[in-house]
Amino acid sequence: MHFDKPTYTVRRSRKKDIPKGLYTKDPTTGDIVFNKEAEDNQMVAPKSGHHFPIGARARIAKLFDEGTFAEADAGVKSSDPLKFVDSQPYPERIKRYEKDSGLPEAVICGTGKILGLEVSVAVMDFRFCGGAMGAAAGEKITRAIETALDRRIPCIIFSASGGARMQEGIYSLMQMAKTSAALGRLGQAGLPFISVLTHPTMGGVTASFATLGDVILAEPGALVGFAGARVIKDTTKQTLPAGFQTAEFLLKHGLIDQIVSRLDLRERLHELLSALHLRKKTAAPAAVASS
Amino acid sequence: MESPAYVLEFEKPLRELARQLDELRQRSIETHVDLATEIHAIEQKIEATRRDIYSRLTSWQKVQIARHPRRPYALDYIRALFEDFQELHGDRQFKDDQALIGGTAFFNGEAVMIVAQQKGRDPKERILRNFGMPQPEGYRKALRLMRMAEKFRLPLITFIDTPGAFPGIESEARHVSEAIAVNLREMALLRTPSISVVVGEGGSGGALGIGVTDRVLIFENSYYSVISPEGCAAILWKDNAAAPLAAAALKVSADHLESLGVVDEVIPEPSGGAHHDPAQAASALKYALQKHLNDLRALDTEKLLTARYERFRHLGVYEEAGTVRS
Repeated sequence: MHFDKPTYTVRRSRKKDIPKGLYTKDPTTGDIVFNKEAEDNQMVAPKSGHHFPIGARARIAKLFDEGTFAEADAGVKSSDPLKFVDSQPYPERIKRYEKDSGLPEAVICGTGKILGLEVSVAVMDFRFCGGAMGAAAGEKITRAIETALDRRIPCIIFSASGGARMQEGIYSLMQMAKTSAALGRLGQAGLPFISVLTHPTMGGVTASFATLGDVILAEPGALVGFAGARVIKDTTKQTLPAGFQTAEFLLKHGLIDQIVSRLDLRERLHELLSALHLRKKTAAPAAVASS
Repeated sequence: MESPAYVLEFEKPLRELARQLDELRQRSIETHVDLATEIHAIEQKIEATRRDIYSRLTSWQKVQIARHPRRPYALDYIRALFEDFQELHGDRQFKDDQALIGGTAFFNGEAVMIVAQQKGRDPKERILRNFGMPQPEGYRKALRLMRMAEKFRLPLITFIDTPGAFPGIESEARHVSEAIAVNLREMALLRTPSISVVVGEGGSGGALGIGVTDRVLIFENSYYSVISPEGCAAILWKDNAAAPLAAAALKVSADHLESLGVVDEVIPEPSGGAHHDPAQAASALKYALQKHLNDLRALDTEKLLTARYERFRHLGVYEEAGTVRS
């Protein structure tokens, strides 16, 4: 007997799974999700609740009270201290990341109000070099923490990163120390830090600021871990069980405090910071809308 | 006599000359013929070849020396330079990690706290030490000992020698990333002087997890890198064999790290690497440790903490408004 090879259209849901065309396949259900519908819903599939990655700017637009976000340090950009060349020079890669993502770096920082509560924020964007942390990203994140310290406001960091940026060598590793040291000072000053883990958060970012939150939240289904599946397999010959390194696994294993839908994050952050920072229940101003 | 298996590729010419020298000496004894001139000539050639090879080592060759199975490990330095090392075991939560050890000791009569990554020398010990790859419990034990150092005002000395934190299922399930992250933050705040020494491999976050110290010293042939040269080669060159290229591009060797401002001092090694003369390497380390301990003890705690913060705060180069900054 002979069967024709079935033909499937495979839609890869990796880096490029921010929908470009008219619709996208929901990887959890296989359903078709219209991009417009997802975009209007912060990239959350309306039916299944699947969280597609969301860009830093789109996230910021929905997170803050209208007109309150002021971007900081937009001029801090990657440099090439090692004169790193692999298949192409690092500066050329940077130019391509800028062009493809429309962003100046892998993280956007600033201050703004969440339901009236002022915070300093850093939002990573996986589309820029896989969110890899080099000296510019590390500097921006450190400044966001220092701004919180100076202005005595809470700090929130949304992580989305493959880890350290190899092309900056040891300097990228040192960003882990730099950002963590700044969080040490923030903590000593009694100011809260909330870390929000989004898909994916790996390597040096997980092993520094991302797991140092007073409260650690994660979006549903987010992949979060230290070593990637391939490295684990190469080193230990172990194959990862299904569901390993997901937000759900980490909640069960005690690393994170809550899994929160993107649609509820704004209110949840406000509630948590009302408790930790204001220390009293504040009625969210009813008329405050996100932009 | 070292096993031939441990001879590095670039050391083979030396190996060959050493063989010729042995032969001549043997013949001289067996035949009672005076071959002193010939022997002397070969000895001179060995010295010249050695100088030639070791004066222009590539980054990749240094990585191989850093990983040499006969390279002195942390415990070798601890035995050579410290008195009465009392190993303190366990993280008080889960287990005792033998890849990351620590305890109290005396250095020139003064009490210190030691935290050290330790590899195994023979196959059995290598497994016991998990090939120098610590698990979360190792980092949590290290933190316990660091806090003890702070409590009893002992300077902290850490020895870095790891290919990286253990990338395994158990390690992930018990959150090795969180264990490292907490150490980074707490070491930055530790109210006691601290010095780390990269004695072999400085493997990424696994190394940094005991490396946020007032001074970072490194042996001449040690390396310190964000990723192993092989790992970088596999990702960026799509070819593990490109590791020598990756090692050079990543600037992983001690001289580069010093010029990048990441390490404070490069400790010289005997010609050919520390394993050729461990006592000489230990003696160079002793001198450097004493000097830096004296310097750090002279600072009051607030100044120490500010300087430590600033030290790491300014590592990295970026551009802002058209100018390059760090």
